Amino acid sequence: MERGDLVATTTAGGPSLRRARRRLFAPFWRLPWLRTALQLLGPVGWMTLIYVAALAALFVYAFWGIDVFTTKVVHTWNLDNFREIFESGPFRGVIWRTVWIAAAVTATCAAIAFPFGYYMARVASGRTRTLLFVLVLLPLWSSYLVRVYAWKVILANDGVLNWSLEKIGLPGAHIGYSNTAMWLVFTYIWLPFMILPVYAALERIPHSYIEASRDLGASGLTTLRRVVLPLALPGLVAGSIFTFSLTLGDYITPTLVGGAGSTFIGNVVYSTGLGVSGNLPFAAAFAAIPLVVMAIYLALAKRTGAFDAL
Amino acid sequence: MRRAKLRHLALALVAVALAAPAAGTTKATANEGSLSMIAWEGYLDAKWVKPFERQSGCKVKAKYAGSSDEMVTLMRSGGGGLYDMVSASGDASLRLIYGGDVQAVDVSKVPGWKQFFRGFQSPPNNTVKGKHYGISLQWGPNTLMFNTKKVAPAPRSWSALYDPKFKGKITVPNNPIQIADAALYLSKTRPSLGIKDPYELTKPQFDAAIALLKKQRPLVKKYWGLSSDEVSLFKNGDAVLGASWPYTTGQLQAAKVPVKEVIPREGATGWLDTWMLSAKTKHPNCAYAWYRYISSPKVQALQAVTWGETPVNKLACPLMDKLAKGSCAAYHANAPESFYASIKFWKTPLADCGNGQKKCMDYSQWIKAWNEVIS
Repeated sequence: MERGDLVATTTAGGPSLRRARRRLFAPFWRLPWLRTALQLLGPVGWMTLIYVAALAALFVYAFWGIDVFTTKVVHTWNLDNFREIFESGPFRGVIWRTVWIAAAVTATCAAIAFPFGYYMARVASGRTRTLLFVLVLLPLWSSYLVRVYAWKVILANDGVLNWSLEKIGLPGAHIGYSNTAMWLVFTYIWLPFMILPVYAALERIPHSYIEASRDLGASGLTTLRRVVLPLALPGLVAGSIFTFSLTLGDYITPTLVGGAGSTFIGNVVYSTGLGVSGNLPFAAAFAAIPLVVMAIYLALAKRTGAFDAL
Repeated sequence: MRRAKLRHLALALVAVALAAPAAGTTKATANEGSLSMIAWEGYLDAKWVKPFERQSGCKVKAKYAGSSDEMVTLMRSGGGGLYDMVSASGDASLRLIYGGDVQAVDVSKVPGWKQFFRGFQSPPNNTVKGKHYGISLQWGPNTLMFNTKKVAPAPRSWSALYDPKFKGKITVPNNPIQIADAALYLSKTRPSLGIKDPYELTKPQFDAAIALLKKQRPLVKKYWGLSSDEVSLFKNGDAVLGASWPYTTGQLQAAKVPVKEVIPREGATGWLDTWMLSAKTKHPNCAYAWYRYISSPKVQALQAVTWGETPVNKLACPLMDKLAKGSCAAYHANAPESFYASIKFWKTPLADCGNGQKKCMDYSQWIKAWNEVIS
């Protein structure tokens, strides 16, 4: 069958087919922009359809409502969802808690990642550096869920942490199912995402700069403050974008290790939009809030020049 | 709003009218070969599904749901008709009935139904105006569970769940219907509120229940979602007192955790699950085959013992004891009818207070208030 086709095209239709092909492809040769446009159509179209369209739908839904009885979406434009969110004390509390914990996690990750990254980039030998890289990346090879569950077991009342504390004669730390537990687990989970960009930024600082600083009589601390830190700042900001946005959007860790007062924005989105009542417009309005928070954060980050380093 | 409601009611009536003759004519025809069902995790256990598939020739496709709200959403997804049956609990069933998502069932075709305890033949959460929208399946009370080593003397009242003495050691389900438990407690402790039915609450009664729950929030260690969450809370000593199900108590006792459950003196709420039939099902014969099978004493006993539930079929009791000694009494499957009457079974809260007055708080308001309590 296939072979027969091949014979037919090469013998009977040969020259005319070649001519047709030339006519078809000639414009791409003459107009290179057309070729580029066609090549980009796939990925750009995909991006628009899957990514931008979903975000646009989210924003549009946020201004609609539902019929309470049938839970069908009612297409009348209003601000009721947003009014409901901001007029409710508990919901404002949820937003505040989410942003606050995301900020705390980011600060903690930065405080740990900077000395760690500095050691990796400037002190450690090649072998130690490889080992440290593996150690940083190793947790990412196992499932996020498994690691959070492990922390749940560690922090439980009769868990590993309290057991160890008791063994060395200290009072137990009752931080299971609390905001402290969430802060701890988030810091652990997102730390690699801070270490890697910080390491990259520190590694890029030429050694000559530090020598020059010393030659000019600066102490170690002054060099750190005036030379290393400003040059590493874009890396810290880039890392903070990861840790901040990942914490802001999470809802699994609050479900597993959070306590009675640990609801995050994501949990409200989940319970109002998917689990309970199917109120998609309200969930969309709530989901728009972290987007706005992130937009503000990114605008601030841009001013520090974080994106020039990416 | 009002118009939408009327239109929906009309749609539901049309659906019922269309479905009724259809159900009548399909008796003689063969089974359709498959049945897709939304169920609580474990409700379609191979132990009883496999024999059914062999007997009936209907292949069961299971879709497990994690909450009543998810069940309602799934039943309505794709315009309805994606699933044939759903094992709806009492807090979902009325929503499905009034939403026109399920159709009336002819109980005369289900022999097991006549063997049911009277209270479960036509319970108000699946029977409306004499029409049966499904066949009751199993039920259980919502009990008060406590760690016998940490809580002494044994609590006799729901007040234990609101007692600051147990701050940070209490766990309650993360479910809007939990408001009814607070209302039940208030109906006995604050008679001046005049709460008669914990699912039909006027604004002041509702506000009192919410205020009580907000006061309880700081005492709660965790609002549990799955019964396995509660098991791990009690196992690890994070909680010593909580609202629970007999199944959870059984799991913990099997794991040698010193727990006991009581039905406190204020009484208890309870849940009743019903197999409901989609208004748009294409497999009615398989569905009726399932109804006949699942309501028979043997399968009732098997499911009850497997999941620590109480069967609705009276004849299941001796068969339960055969499967696991003492299980019939442990799960109250031999209790007198008056015992069932004392349980306030879950039902979807509606604006209609049962007396035609639309002054009560409906379920959407329950959800909203509950979200604010736990946030």
